[in-house]
Amino acid sequence: MITYLFKYYEQMSMLLLEHLYIVFLSMMISLLFAIPVGLLIARSKWLSTVVLSFFGIVYSIPSLALFSFLLPVFGLGKLTAIAVLVIYNQYILVRNTLTGFQSIDASIIEAGYGMGLSARHMFFKIQLPLALPIILGGIRIATVSTIGIATIAAVIHAGGLGILLFDGLRMNYLPKILWGTILSALLAYLANYVLLSYETKAILKARGEYNEDQEGAEVSS
Amino acid sequence: MARTAIEFRNVSKQYTNASQYAVSGVNISIEEGSFITILGTSGSGKTTFLKMVNRIYEPTSGEILYFGQPIQNLQLEEYRRKIGYVIQQVGLFPHMTVEENIGTIPQILKWDKEKIANRVAELLELVCLSPKDFKKRYPRQLSGGQQQRVGLARAMAADPSIMLMDEPFGAIDAITRQNLQDELINIQRKLNKTILFVTHDVGEALKLGDKVVIMHEGKIQQFGAVYEIISKPANDYVARLIATQDIVQRLKVLKAQSVMLPVDPLTRDNAFRVSKEESLHKILTYFLEHDHNHVLVEDERRSVVGKITWDQLKASTKQGKILSA
Repeated sequence: MITYLFKYYEQMSMLLLEHLYIVFLSMMISLLFAIPVGLLIARSKWLSTVVLSFFGIVYSIPSLALFSFLLPVFGLGKLTAIAVLVIYNQYILVRNTLTGFQSIDASIIEAGYGMGLSARHMFFKIQLPLALPIILGGIRIATVSTIGIATIAAVIHAGGLGILLFDGLRMNYLPKILWGTILSALLAYLANYVLLSYETKAILKARGEYNEDQEGAEVSS
Repeated sequence: MARTAIEFRNVSKQYTNASQYAVSGVNISIEEGSFITILGTSGSGKTTFLKMVNRIYEPTSGEILYFGQPIQNLQLEEYRRKIGYVIQQVGLFPHMTVEENIGTIPQILKWDKEKIANRVAELLELVCLSPKDFKKRYPRQLSGGQQQRVGLARAMAADPSIMLMDEPFGAIDAITRQNLQDELINIQRKLNKTILFVTHDVGEALKLGDKVVIMHEGKIQQFGAVYEIISKPANDYVARLIATQDIVQRLKVLKAQSVMLPVDPLTRDNAFRVSKEESLHKILTYFLEHDHNHVLVEDERRSVVGKITWDQLKASTKQGKILSA
């Protein structure tokens, strides 16, 4: 197994980078859609129910089915993979964005507008920092699941760590299967760890418990 | 003659999907520098009335004027910054320190850092919180009373001429509430702000207000000085509402000057002297504790302006009682 690592070190790191690239790009595009959609549907209870139910149903479609479903549209390769990953992410990201903004105490919003904050100030100074922990939670869960689902994208020639897995399965060659599993699990674990640390920081900040220095810590006691 | 700060002209408000008007046909002029309490039970329209002033709610019909200008014509955010707003739930921003909370609007107005820091310190002292101890704290590190003090300081940050307060002390324990009420009276005397203060607490309304607006079923039942409300209730509803306060409570909010009898200003009398601002309750206590049957009332310059006899005091309580029965 170790010999396999030394022998195919370069090829494996290429696949890892490719995997990261697919995940990163999908996450960016997902957020670009999900955050505005989450904010938009927050205005209407009816709309948010409809949109969330729709994404919920889409989320329940098996990934292989969705890949083959979109193949005629986007063809083989990364484009279809990213499209599918973006579609899957919408449910978690839209839901958490919506929940994040709805979780803010109404009195905070009323006091903010009452004192004369504009909608822009309200959003950036008050709503976003307070909704951030839940939004980041959504990003974390979506990233981890994207890392997993992206392995399956190898089936449609999108590349990434899935190549190791599927090649290994086809050739019945254990080291390949193992390395594919280990690398994607490690990637998911690391992504979770890093994003969780940001999330924790955002939670502390939103609660007013975050202290950058010792002096601040004393005041809080 | 003071200027009119806020004027309602035939203002009505009906919420969508509501069959009745929350506020209907309200006309009122509020003088600059006056402390107005708005008293009513829940559903009386008092909060709707208040929140139309800073356009949290928009009237269905009628017009509201701010120093003679229709408020619809004013730029919304700029207008709101001229009006301090304090609500029962306080609504402090939990992710900001006390200092940042109070400095929110000054910062948006691009005051320089030093000016903001000075303003924050000044306001914290005004609401009886030591700036050194409190400015770096977060809202969750404050008691309910302290939070509302910060809420009050934040509302006054940009030196608004008018303050709107929606049951600000409603969720605060009785002792702290009394202190806050006394401090608010002092702040108002010191800064001469126009205050509109909504409450369902009859005692609080009578204690704080120069004038009281009594609301019921969306209409103003009576608008008058505390003395008028107690001695001449405009209708049964007002009489019943005031009657929920016992005689002693009512005596606490009536001032000597409102019931005193005229007197020869040159009287040389050794009788006990009280300020014209003194409550009838204090004077009653004095009568009960001493064997005198009258006191002299003096003004700020310590000259005698009237007198109150035991009979007069008794009559003033009777008057209220008969009317409210």
